Amino acid sequence: MDTITFIREILLSPLLEGTLVTVKLIAYSIPIGFLLGVLIAVGRVYGNKLLSSFCALYTLFFRGSPLLVQLFILYYGLPSFGIFLSPFMAAVLGFTFCSGAYHSEYIRGALQSIKMGQMMAGEAIGMSRFQVIIYIILPQALRRAIPGCSNEIIYLVKYSSLAFIVTCVELTGAGKIIASRYFEYTLVFLVVGAIYLFMVSIVTKILNTLEKRLEIPGIG
Amino acid sequence: MQSDNKIVLSVENIHKSYGKEKILKGVSFTIKKGETKVIIGPSGSGKSTLLRCINQLTVPDGGKILLENEEVTHHQKEINRFRQKMGMVFQDFNLFDHLTALKNVEIGLIKVKKMDKLAARKKAMEELKQVGLEKQANLYPAQLSGGQKQRVSIARALAMDPKVILFDEPTSALDPELIGEVLEVIKRLALAGMTMVVVTHEMGFARSVANEIIFMEDGSIKDQGTPYKMFNNPEHERTKKFLHKITELYGKSEE
Repeated sequence: MDTITFIREILLSPLLEGTLVTVKLIAYSIPIGFLLGVLIAVGRVYGNKLLSSFCALYTLFFRGSPLLVQLFILYYGLPSFGIFLSPFMAAVLGFTFCSGAYHSEYIRGALQSIKMGQMMAGEAIGMSRFQVIIYIILPQALRRAIPGCSNEIIYLVKYSSLAFIVTCVELTGAGKIIASRYFEYTLVFLVVGAIYLFMVSIVTKILNTLEKRLEIPGIG
Repeated sequence: MQSDNKIVLSVENIHKSYGKEKILKGVSFTIKKGETKVIIGPSGSGKSTLLRCINQLTVPDGGKILLENEEVTHHQKEINRFRQKMGMVFQDFNLFDHLTALKNVEIGLIKVKKMDKLAARKKAMEELKQVGLEKQANLYPAQLSGGQKQRVSIARALAMDPKVILFDEPTSALDPELIGEVLEVIKRLALAGMTMVVVTHEMGFARSVANEIIFMEDGSIKDQGTPYKMFNNPEHERTKKFLHKITELYGKSEE
């Protein structure tokens, strides 16, 4: 069988199915992870002592232990506490928690770069601290955090391949199955790699467009 | 500059320390409707802290603040209601950097006063007109000069219809040639009957606008009186020296 036929007849359909799963994984994990990152960062910077230390602990735990270990705990460990997650759910949860921890650090940096005067000025016109955070601080900080968060999002696209470890057959998993069945590792993973590159290019393009569109003179 | 007898703001025996350092050691004064009080004094004398204690951006350790006979201190839950009525203009402007001039003025009306968007836009535009910046309405802070930024921040304070405006060295961060436009706006407010407390080193301004000049040093009021009294026969030698020095400096920066 020549290469073209192999790709068309055998490889293409399972890889596309796998890609679809990968897209679904990241489509959930990116926004939820980002939102979680915002919450953790705000809690860390503006929360009271208890909340702030909780958020610091969260980041320490999820940034400090391997994602693979976290996925194992979610999928293989939780059932012993009576919590059964589907492979897909376990993967999305793991990615979200991990991504949230990394996002939170980029966002924390951005929050701390906003001058104290912004908070004072907001409070001086009668806004509550919460209102100032929502309407004044975050819109500025998130703009500054975009480059860092973009980094994390692109990384997430690639580490979504770990879902295969908890039996969620996504792009890498689909590739692995075909590769071992036909013993065609080089070709299969070249194609798999190309698909990741393609997805990352699209995500990069989207993020760049977003950054440009949100640009404000003097911010960032 | 006419004042009827109604006291708008009364500051009673305000104390504030940071650690062991006493910043304010019992400061009291009152201000009547339509009056402009200018607070002067060397840096580190507690002027800015005093202003922040008035609207509780800094919570004083002791003493009382009354706004139109209502106690502001010890009302942390209601503090946002009081702060709406006390405008503040900062030395370094503190405009919201992600919002245009117009939106800087508008946001308090929409989010705090819950005005509907159209009415808020109209009012914000009027306030910008008052400070001569209607043409700059859609520019961001980074696109404005220092003087324009400070005028936007005055418009932002005005929009909330405050009972009193606190100015914390409004011209100290400005290039000399931009000071005039900001002082002009503040002067106009004084003439229009706005009640104001102004911390400044601009003696020419103090002389022409203030109903009373308060001289602060080391966290307490050392001397106070009409500009005429303060410049011609202050009670303390120290006041005379300070005024002399600062006037000299002011003169020099004008050359």
